[in-house]
Amino acid sequence: MQDTSHAPEAHHETLGFWRKYIFSTDHKVIGMQYGITALLFMLFGFCLMLLMRWQLGHSGQAVPVIGHLLLKLHGPDMISADKSGAVGVISADLYNSYGAMHGTIMVFLAIVPLAFGAFGNFVTPLQIGAPDMAFPRLNMASYQFYVVGGLIMLASFFIPGGAAKSGWTSYSPLATVSDLHRPNGQTFWIIGMVCLINSSLLGAVNFISTIVQLRAKGMSWMRLPFFVWAQFVTAFLLLLAFPPLEAAGVLQLADNLLGTSFFLPTGLMVSGTALHVSGGGSPLLWQHLFWFLAHPEVYVLILPAMGIVTEIIANNTRKPIWGYRSMVYSVLVIGFLSFIVWAHHMYLTGMGTKIATFFQTTTMMISIPSVIILTSLFISLWGASIRFTVPMLFALGFLPMFGIGGLTGLPLGFNVSDIYLHDTYYVIAHFHYIVAPGTIFALFAGIYYWYPKMTGRFMNEFWGKVHFGLSFMFMNAIFLPMFMQGMAGMSRRMYDGGLTYAAVPAAAGSPGIPGLSPFVLFLNKPILWAAVCLGLAQIPFIINFFWSIRHGRKAASDNPWEATTLEWQTPTPPPHGNFAKPMEVFRGPYEYSVPGQARDFTPQNEPDPAQLLTHGNPLRS
Amino acid sequence: MEIPYAVRARPDTGLYNAKLGIWLFLASEVMLFGALFSSYILLRVNADPGTWPLHLLNVRLGAINTLVLILSSVMVVFGWASLKMNDFRAYKRYQGVTLLCALVFLGIKSFEYRDKFNHYEVQLKNGTIYDGHIDRDNKDTNIFAFEAARMVTNHAELMLPPSTDTKLEPAQIPLVKIKDRADGKGKEIENYGPWHSSYLAIYFVLTGLHALHVIGGAIVIFAIWGPLAGVWKTDPERYINRVEVSGLFWHFVDLIWIFLFPVLYLL
Repeated sequence: MQDTSHAPEAHHETLGFWRKYIFSTDHKVIGMQYGITALLFMLFGFCLMLLMRWQLGHSGQAVPVIGHLLLKLHGPDMISADKSGAVGVISADLYNSYGAMHGTIMVFLAIVPLAFGAFGNFVTPLQIGAPDMAFPRLNMASYQFYVVGGLIMLASFFIPGGAAKSGWTSYSPLATVSDLHRPNGQTFWIIGMVCLINSSLLGAVNFISTIVQLRAKGMSWMRLPFFVWAQFVTAFLLLLAFPPLEAAGVLQLADNLLGTSFFLPTGLMVSGTALHVSGGGSPLLWQHLFWFLAHPEVYVLILPAMGIVTEIIANNTRKPIWGYRSMVYSVLVIGFLSFIVWAHHMYLTGMGTKIATFFQTTTMMISIPSVIILTSLFISLWGASIRFTVPMLFALGFLPMFGIGGLTGLPLGFNVSDIYLHDTYYVIAHFHYIVAPGTIFALFAGIYYWYPKMTGRFMNEFWGKVHFGLSFMFMNAIFLPMFMQGMAGMSRRMYDGGLTYAAVPAAAGSPGIPGLSPFVLFLNKPILWAAVCLGLAQIPFIINFFWSIRHGRKAASDNPWEATTLEWQTPTPPPHGNFAKPMEVFRGPYEYSVPGQARDFTPQNEPDPAQLLTHGNPLRS
Repeated sequence: MEIPYAVRARPDTGLYNAKLGIWLFLASEVMLFGALFSSYILLRVNADPGTWPLHLLNVRLGAINTLVLILSSVMVVFGWASLKMNDFRAYKRYQGVTLLCALVFLGIKSFEYRDKFNHYEVQLKNGTIYDGHIDRDNKDTNIFAFEAARMVTNHAELMLPPSTDTKLEPAQIPLVKIKDRADGKGKEIENYGPWHSSYLAIYFVLTGLHALHVIGGAIVIFAIWGPLAGVWKTDPERYINRVEVSGLFWHFVDLIWIFLFPVLYLL
């Protein structure tokens, strides 16, 4: 393919281990740092979830095998013995901590850093033909802020009172009064979040500057791969939506430590006594500030996934993406609309029907561009001779899973139906369908797809397919029953898996009490089994990931998937500075199977012979 | 490896990287302060009648600080323009005034802060409220001594600007014995820190965050002005860019104050 024998341009300074791998300013190394850290956090967040699922399925029973370990980690306040004397029963407070930290870790420490920090960092500069990010040192600082924020979050498990326990949403006044230690887990949570917000902020400034400023010659806006567009919009969401949460965090920190009352109303009673604060604050204010971030955040979770899937579908269908332009406009519209839908999380707060109607309308509107993107991807499959590679399987898995997640969101967007479904397991099932089998599948797809560029070797195909098949099965086995539980009215906040509200059948002399049926409660058990199996299904992936670095099948060329985009025009793995020669772009991103071409793909940097003849030096469009 | 457009502008965007970067950063800062200003509006609109203090702050000091910051912004522009005209010494002078302005601003601000922390409200058992500044020379821990105070009968009255008939001559202020307080702890004896009321809470957060921005901006401007001045000799174009970018940030900090002054002092 490409002559890779000579190194890029001039100087080859040899960097020591620390400069090269730990304090690197190279976007690819930082991307991989982000990726590995985020995968570890994802595994950790998953383990928290397993403990929670055990508690829901076997309420009041000790966690098997690791009960004593948990006792050592959390102390006797949090872990007790069950009736049979086995140690390892999770306390309600600890369950709440696990819940809050599962959400926080998965969203802010796993998915966003993986989708934006890892893939965005590694792929974006390569796809636009840039030698690095616009601000390499800010890039390093961004990763360091992320690590510090993560460590603060982890440390909070080991302080008196334990980690934050007021949900990942940290609603006030609960977040201020649920733990009377000072500083407590919530304090750590806020400080950790401020670090993560600063990290995203630096990343966002860097990404936008890079995409605007460092595009290669000829890389006009409509020649950008869709992945870059998705990252571009994501960066804007992070840039503009995160600061209000930072502001809210500062205010909540003041409530926790300085005794202010930003979110504490007048006359607040805690455990029967009036709280000694000045009062006059507004709990709704926290919710507005929080969701002003957290709804755009949902699109931060999904847009990079759409970008990855688009790249992989184009490559494996050997066809141009259907409706590229409408997808670009859709992603821009999503970015804009995502800022004016936040209060659909707050229908039950009594903010008034007029406001609810407004947010219901914008929520329905934002589903239109989302459907356009998904439909374009489905139509792109039409009539293609699809290569069923491992990344393509994950990308194909993404489409229906995201579809289910998106469509089940509509009843939550409607004011009327949300009043019933709010805070039930239906909500859990809905957004996990989008993020777990949706985004995480796309991220797996991305790992399998770009692995040959990072290492020069493929991941094992067979074990990749096993990984996909089992994950697909068990993901659905976990989340599908939750729709049923939610529609039966099971609250998402219950520590005992709904036992408190179990139906009592009618008997002689008693009319019985309506409630959750035995079947709905039983579903907690198969969900736990499926979750354990999903964990086991990741073992082939973990082994495959490390084993293939040295033993995987070698990629025959720099462009083993025969792709059109620029990241495949670099040497493998790309050196510091990326390209062997400056890139110039002559065509759109997805010129597959163009009639009259010798091969079924035409890389973006391949000049048109006809153009060369007539113009000599083709100009940018 | 060289990052393109780190110093020279990219022709089709007309920007060098850092200039775009700072504008994006400022956009996020707008959102940060926007959220806090929105919080201010919500807290004030939701406040119960008679709980939002009016004209608590010293308008004269606020106005002086406003003028100081405006002057500093003008100096930043003059400094940058001098560099463009290749007059390094003039730049040194102008930017020196900027730094001086930053110090004056912070000095006045810290004086205002100290004033609030020395400002106490004491409610006696009979319901009378004394409100004023404490005598810092008083060493007797049993006695709470005011330097100057006014006397009112309810909290709502405290929210209004002080009128002459409630003001007490120094000789008229009784020495409040600590045991005379209605309650040994809590609200009844309290200084005007952020815990005192929603107004003071948002006042301290807004101005505190702004002061942090002033300090940060001043440190960067000082670093470029002093320790990093050698770059002017080796790479003047990069140096001018740095001055421009730090100046943009400084203008933003100034602009935030232009909003803070009327919102907190005048309204």
